[in-house]
Amino acid sequence: MSENLFDVTNVTLRFGGVVSLNDVTLHQKRGEILAIIGPNGAGKTSLFNSLTGVYAPQEGEIVFTNAAGKSTSIIGKKPYRVSAVGVARTFQASRMFSAMTTFENVKIGAESHRGLGAVGAMLKGPATRRDEHRSDALTRELLDFVGLTSQSNVIAASLSYGSRRRLEIARALATKPEVLLLDEPAAGTNPAEKIELTDLIRRVRDEMGVSILLIEHDMKLVMALAERLYVLNFGSVIAQGTPDEIRANPAVIEAYLGSSDVSEESK
Amino acid sequence: MKNFFSSPLVKRVGAMVALWATVTVMTGPPGNPAQPALGFTSSFSERVSFFGLFPTPRGVLFAALGLILAGIVVLYRRILHTPVQRAKASIVPTYQSISAKRSVRGSWYAAALVVAIMLPHVVTDPFWQSAMVSQIAIYTLLAIGLNVVVGFAGLLDLGFVAFYAIGAYVTAWVTGALPIGAPFHHVIDPFWAIPIAIVFVMIAGVLLGVPTLRLRGDYLAIVTLGFGEIIFLFANNLYGITGGSTGTNQIPFLSFHMGPIKYLWGLDPAPYYYLTLGFVVLFLIIFSSLEHSRVGRAWVAIREDEVAAESLGIYPLKYKVMAFAIGAASAGFAGVITASQTLFVSPPTFSLTFSINILVLVIFGGMGSIVGVVVGGVVIQGFVVYMIQSPPAWYNPADLYMYLGALLVVMMIFRPAGLIPSRRRLREVLQVESGVARDQLTTHMGPHNRVEEDLA
Repeated sequence: MSENLFDVTNVTLRFGGVVSLNDVTLHQKRGEILAIIGPNGAGKTSLFNSLTGVYAPQEGEIVFTNAAGKSTSIIGKKPYRVSAVGVARTFQASRMFSAMTTFENVKIGAESHRGLGAVGAMLKGPATRRDEHRSDALTRELLDFVGLTSQSNVIAASLSYGSRRRLEIARALATKPEVLLLDEPAAGTNPAEKIELTDLIRRVRDEMGVSILLIEHDMKLVMALAERLYVLNFGSVIAQGTPDEIRANPAVIEAYLGSSDVSEESK
Repeated sequence: MKNFFSSPLVKRVGAMVALWATVTVMTGPPGNPAQPALGFTSSFSERVSFFGLFPTPRGVLFAALGLILAGIVVLYRRILHTPVQRAKASIVPTYQSISAKRSVRGSWYAAALVVAIMLPHVVTDPFWQSAMVSQIAIYTLLAIGLNVVVGFAGLLDLGFVAFYAIGAYVTAWVTGALPIGAPFHHVIDPFWAIPIAIVFVMIAGVLLGVPTLRLRGDYLAIVTLGFGEIIFLFANNLYGITGGSTGTNQIPFLSFHMGPIKYLWGLDPAPYYYLTLGFVVLFLIIFSSLEHSRVGRAWVAIREDEVAAESLGIYPLKYKVMAFAIGAASAGFAGVITASQTLFVSPPTFSLTFSINILVLVIFGGMGSIVGVVVGGVVIQGFVVYMIQSPPAWYNPADLYMYLGALLVVMMIFRPAGLIPSRRRLREVLQVESGVARDQLTTHMGPHNRVEEDLA
């Protein structure tokens, strides 16, 4: 059985003439907190969208292997199918269902993988009711886990930015994933919220056994959380390693600060 | 003590008394400035016959009905709401607590149902009796169905009339009124047109939905508009099958024979009214439990953010097609009733204007709000019928849509979410107006490139 959760091999994604991901190869081990960093436009979100079925890369392979050892090729699968195999995500710009309550937001995640259910929903049979109770219980548990129980009945749009981030994490966890993809979870949060968020993400991995794949610009958060990092620039992986290795890598510093020539010129 | 009026029991009794007084006055003789209280007082002095059984003053009759109803509600709550369940409900103060208000609303619904049942005995004018079926009940039913598509799933359907037309033509086909002849060798009761038509429109809903519901917003509206026109042209031009532009007038009244049970619907509109009312109630119950189910929540999720919904494992196309087919079912039934009550079908009935008319009822009443749509349908269509029956001197029938248009404009300015908005829709409207949109939230995210200092 493969130890890897994600095996991304030679993935290339193009939009017309623009190459968004160029021959990207990376892997994530089960149970790992992995981070992907890189300057704006490096292709991080494109990679996320490829991993979750929003984009279908033209070349390469993305294989997801679940805990039971079953491998699934992600490319060509629609996002709802990718969710069903155990991949959950949050979005860069917060995308909660803003006119619904916190509770309802999470409950939608909790019940999305049950069957069709229109007939059951009309008849309200005992099976449907049992399903509802199970979803309610899972929702309460997750709201408690992320610390939003007191705001269960609050309309999602009125939550603070940090709470919205936690709500999105709870909603994604409600689909019972094996890996959680977080797209800039700390964007827009204040320093206190950042500390809470770091703690929450670590608890998701430690207590729920969900692997974490993280895109983040806040280096303090990334360095504190990630066990391994990949650095993307112009759609290619330019470095990988532990936080310490990355910090010392000249290619990474160059990608972020620009090559010395360019910075000379800009002066 | 300070809040005795907010106790559910007081509210319920108050609602019952108010309803009783309203009904007695409403059913009394027309207004007379010299005796303003006549409507109420006469309800105790005049005796009316109730289903031809026992002559009683109206006031007493309605009060007795109300008491019986209240008794049923109290008994129901005593039996089903045991102390254990009440305790459970208080421990779980989350989402479910919203349903606590349902019992109060339940008595309002029951009261409205009693009024609806009494109506044919109160309104004896034959024009109104007939209009109550063909103009009010049918239109309201169609609005309830369209509300599933437009209100719940957020799909703008401008060709809803197509399903209504299919329902009507299937009725004509099943009863052997069309040139192509009936599908069955021996004659079946026209009553069976109801399930057959519902199945047909649901299939039509799926067939139309699967290819088109991948489109979003305006594109979907245009395609459904086209679908409505295609059905209209089929009906109009396929002489050999549909009877062409004159349609057919050979449709029999509904009838039902099964063993010893026989019933024949005829010229009297009241039985049609009760049949339609029964189905309206059935569809209301089904649609409202759908709204508060997993399916309903999935619709809201898709409506609010399709990308996020799909990332949670919801397959948007599946739920959209479901909304289309379920909404169409009520239109199919409405088509059967129209065809078999008026005894004819012809293409001009199924024009684009009709689709727009139904959409107006939904928007006026409140998209996504079942109660709102019912009230919207009854109010607007009631107004339309009133203007046809007893037009004021200044009114020109050709101007009807002008007044409805003006009404809609006023509504959009003062109550953009409709007469009785669904709470969720209202929130969505308010959020858009106050700019709590996603794009705006992203601007709070601040600069990304603080990486340099962090790396250093």
